[in-house]
Amino acid sequence: MNGARKVLIDPLVDNNPVTLQVLGICSALAVTTSLLPALLMCLALTSVAALSTAAISSIRNHIPNNIRIIVHMTIIASFVIVVDQMLRAYAFETSKQLSVFVGLIITNCIVLGRAEAFAMKNGVGLSFLDGLGNGLGYSAILIAVATVRELFGAGTLLGYRILPLVSDGGWYEANGLMPLPPSAFFIIGLLIWGIRTWKQAQAERADYRIHEVHRTEVL
Amino acid sequence: MSDDASTTPKRSRDSISNTLIVAIGVSFVCSIIVASAAILLKPRQLQNAEEFRQRIILDVAGLYEPGADIAALYASIEERTTQLASGVEAPVYLVLDGTRTEQVILPIQGAGLWSTMYGYLSVENDGNTVRGLRFYSHAETPGLGDQVDKPAWREQWQGKKLYGPDGEPQIEVVKGPAPEDSDYQIDGLAGATLTGRGVSVFVRHWVGEEGYGPYLKTLAEEESH
Repeated sequence: MNGARKVLIDPLVDNNPVTLQVLGICSALAVTTSLLPALLMCLALTSVAALSTAAISSIRNHIPNNIRIIVHMTIIASFVIVVDQMLRAYAFETSKQLSVFVGLIITNCIVLGRAEAFAMKNGVGLSFLDGLGNGLGYSAILIAVATVRELFGAGTLLGYRILPLVSDGGWYEANGLMPLPPSAFFIIGLLIWGIRTWKQAQAERADYRIHEVHRTEVL
Repeated sequence: MSDDASTTPKRSRDSISNTLIVAIGVSFVCSIIVASAAILLKPRQLQNAEEFRQRIILDVAGLYEPGADIAALYASIEERTTQLASGVEAPVYLVLDGTRTEQVILPIQGAGLWSTMYGYLSVENDGNTVRGLRFYSHAETPGLGDQVDKPAWREQWQGKKLYGPDGEPQIEVVKGPAPEDSDYQIDGLAGATLTGRGVSVFVRHWVGEEGYGPYLKTLAEEESH
């Protein structure tokens, strides 16, 4: 069971898809201006990652090698559409803010990367946990970034006023950089710095081999 | 790690027949999943979209309160159409008070800086005084142009006049703060001069001769009796 635990827990910090592998940055920039859409995006990506890796793993021994990527894409795209439709039905307001970015989960290299690197070689249960773990690792970073951006950019969290704005008679002058995409870069950069200072091994790990990192991000 | 690749020998897995079977099978199963999700969820999605549109209309008319029953409130609004100068039938939404029209809500749209902005403009029955303006769809710059959604900015529209003494549209979003006593000018949005300019242009267009101008004049004449 230790293996399963490791598969689930590792992507949270030790092998985080965003901060260590630097994948999935595009959506991390786009949907983190406030916390609610970020949470929904995390939910969407985590469920797609977990379900699609499980589904791909379940037919991994039948997928012909030369069409494997397109089969992955088909399965991932189907789950993405289902999740997108669900959001439009049950979280209409927030899904409008997420707009195109839920659809773009199809091209998210965390999902595709886990399908190719893990689900094709491991059982259904383990693959599900791997997808779930990586989704949660992505979520952890997204939530951290969105919290900072919404709190300092608008003085609110989940829409609730935390820091009273000067324009409303309070004392906090909203930081105009935070709602803009570059701020997410800065925050992710600081997070990577922080994590690699805390976990020195990530900075100069001996078994860190470049070919394990799939820098094939489409967007 | 369970590796039971032996159940399907590698050779047959890569064969043309197996490739076709897997491709067709995966497509078939996926299409069923996608189609059922789309069909099952469609009624709810349509209801959401309609409710959202109704809520924006109510909000722009100043009738919406959070938590209120939108369908019940919306029942008080009457949908009609009017013919524009181009001959196109355009919808208008009337808030009636008995037999009198209390205010009229006009759908407007136009180019901001990046995007087409879609919204509603509510006008009092004098055909001149603005009751409210609200956009329900746009893609202006986050933090700059998207301040058009801020309540503080939207509230400024209330009480402004559309037309100057000469009957021409005068309403505009200025650059920087508007003069305190101005009947026609609305504060510019910091960092979003071009979005503001776009809003000025298309609001004037929609209340002008080619837009709802003639309709508003007729309404004002009818209601002044």
